[in-house]
Amino acid sequence: MPLLHVSDMTHYFGGLRAVHRYNLTLEPGEIRGLIGPNGAGKTTVFNLITGIYRPSEGSVRLEGHSLVGQRPHQIAAQGLGRTFQNLLLWRHMTVEEHVKMAHYSQLRYGLIGALFGTPRRVAEERRVAESSMRLMEMFDVVKYRNLLVGNLPYGAQRRVEIARAMAIDPKVLLLDEPTAGMTPEELTKMIGTIRQIHRDFGVAILLIEHRLKVVMELCEKIQTLVFGEVIAEGTPEEIQRNPHVIEAYLGKEEIA
Amino acid sequence: MSYHEQHLIDTKPPVDEFVVQVQPPASRMQRVRATFAGVPALGWLFGILCAVFIERYLGAELSYQLYLPKVPVLFGCLIMFKQPLLMPNALAYVTLIYVIPIAGVACLSARVTNRLAAVLDRGPIAVSCLIHLALLYCALHYWADLSDYRLLVLKLTMIAVMLTLSINLINGYMGEFSCSHPGFMALGAYSASTVTLVLFADDRLFGAAVLPKALGPYFFPLALIIGGVVASAAALVVAIPSFRTRGDYLAIISLAFMFIVKSLIENLEWLGGPRGMSGQPDWSSLPVVYVWMVLCIWIINNFVRSIYGKALNALRDNEMAADAMTVNTRKTKMVAFMLGAFWAGVAGGLFAHVMRFVNPGTFGIQRLAEILAMLYFGGLNSVVGSIFGAASINLISEMLRPLELYKWIVIPLILILVMIYRPTGLLGFREFDVKAILRPKHIRTGRGE
Repeated sequence: MPLLHVSDMTHYFGGLRAVHRYNLTLEPGEIRGLIGPNGAGKTTVFNLITGIYRPSEGSVRLEGHSLVGQRPHQIAAQGLGRTFQNLLLWRHMTVEEHVKMAHYSQLRYGLIGALFGTPRRVAEERRVAESSMRLMEMFDVVKYRNLLVGNLPYGAQRRVEIARAMAIDPKVLLLDEPTAGMTPEELTKMIGTIRQIHRDFGVAILLIEHRLKVVMELCEKIQTLVFGEVIAEGTPEEIQRNPHVIEAYLGKEEIA
Repeated sequence: MSYHEQHLIDTKPPVDEFVVQVQPPASRMQRVRATFAGVPALGWLFGILCAVFIERYLGAELSYQLYLPKVPVLFGCLIMFKQPLLMPNALAYVTLIYVIPIAGVACLSARVTNRLAAVLDRGPIAVSCLIHLALLYCALHYWADLSDYRLLVLKLTMIAVMLTLSINLINGYMGEFSCSHPGFMALGAYSASTVTLVLFADDRLFGAAVLPKALGPYFFPLALIIGGVVASAAALVVAIPSFRTRGDYLAIISLAFMFIVKSLIENLEWLGGPRGMSGQPDWSSLPVVYVWMVLCIWIINNFVRSIYGKALNALRDNEMAADAMTVNTRKTKMVAFMLGAFWAGVAGGLFAHVMRFVNPGTFGIQRLAEILAMLYFGGLNSVVGSIFGAASINLISEMLRPLELYKWIVIPLILILVMIYRPTGLLGFREFDVKAILRPKHIRTGRGE
């Protein structure tokens, strides 16, 4: 059984067809790339899978359980972590609080604990703090842990976002342009980080990326999305040679 | 150093020689500051306690000697505004009774109190908290003992602290703009009053008492909790339609809710209608109000420091990200809104039993303005800010009472200045770390940050 299975997912924004019959079969431990020109619907695919939009048609299944119609936090809690294209961090919170917050669904104390500070809450918060510490060490943001996220360098903010997504203990990680706007050094570091997540956590990764170099280096298989439709799917080499992809990115060769 | 600073130092009590210093500080100003920074919370409490006792035994005599008409009630402000010629005398009184004893005792006893604070610091935090709270209560009790006016101001200030803290949960931590607090307060006040009047008092609305009056004080907490629960049930009604989206909807709905509650009570004859409800037993004594206030601060502080409470900040800063990080945003908002309403209800119940009279007019737009003023003055997203804001706005407004109408020019001006220079309030976005406040302050580690 595939880990994440999306079949014939279609979504309309009013009369505009944003995604048309999108299919995806993601196996455990796979890294899949999703490329396409601007406005192709890549982020919409993410938002549909994570429940921010509800697909007009089609099904989304994680380990056989349907995700369609559930609220985003329920879907996330079942093991779907994600990052955002334009860094949605909480600007009044510290790095440590970010990582702790993503443990929300794993907390084993309730309202009584929150209001009265029961021993169980103390134990739970300690467990969460330890787990957050491990994650912050892994993503090399420990030195910033008491800073507000806005004061961090850009690359570190990206890593905080990934650390936060990993804190929900996901089975599938959806990364939305993790290297956008990065310097070459930050880029190299980010590729290393993604490799490390893949190796250490064994999560399946679905990666939206504009830089073909990154996708080619990381992914075994790539999908190309143009105007909401998958026009090509295959290994990096196949994609590079595919005439439809070349056409979508570079335009058609005019024969005079 | 400017002439002005020099002047300031000369009038300060000479306390420098009692300080053990390893690094000699650069200036006397810094040395004075370091001296005060080295005093733990316990030291200040001792100082305040001493000042209160000095006033208790020498206050009347001193005010007679200084030609003051009576013992100054609120730090001489009332006298100063009524009879400006007596200003130096009132200032002298405040200096002799409060400033010098507090500063002197705090600094002189710094070594002893630091050692005591260190002992307490090693024990469980709860014990240390209770001891500090007990000392604070003693000081407040004997301070308020001197006049009924002080007692009333103190009780109302404590109730204001509860109100501000509970609205901070919604407007500060959650970042929604709610205007319904007077409504919640009214519901709490009327529910608690109804319970106590029906059960334990003979009055014109509900007739003779049902239960023996001696049982009353034991049931009073229950009455307050009923008030709180009614308020939070009403909060649920407001929350369900307005939390589906973000934005101005909650502000509008909650404002409407406030007016609905007010006119509802005005039109219910069996609740006294516009004439209000009176004859509540005087069970809101100082210790009762104090205990409820401490309970409120403790519980809300617990909540906002837990991950559930931090979830409020997350969904305020970015709701979509909070949702994607497994935070149940709708539930979190509901819980916070209902918790805020609960404490507003309890505060309303206490208020009704302090004033022993409530009418719907009390819970109108002016009350809302007061609560919001205290909130924004003290600071959003901060428990200390709420305490500070409620206490200072309440005291300022009492102190400026002799100015009558001009008071409502001065207070808004202060608020405008705060909004310009500190848009999130004077103490916004500070954590209330009890442990850090109670910790001994060892001066030898440096100049005392």
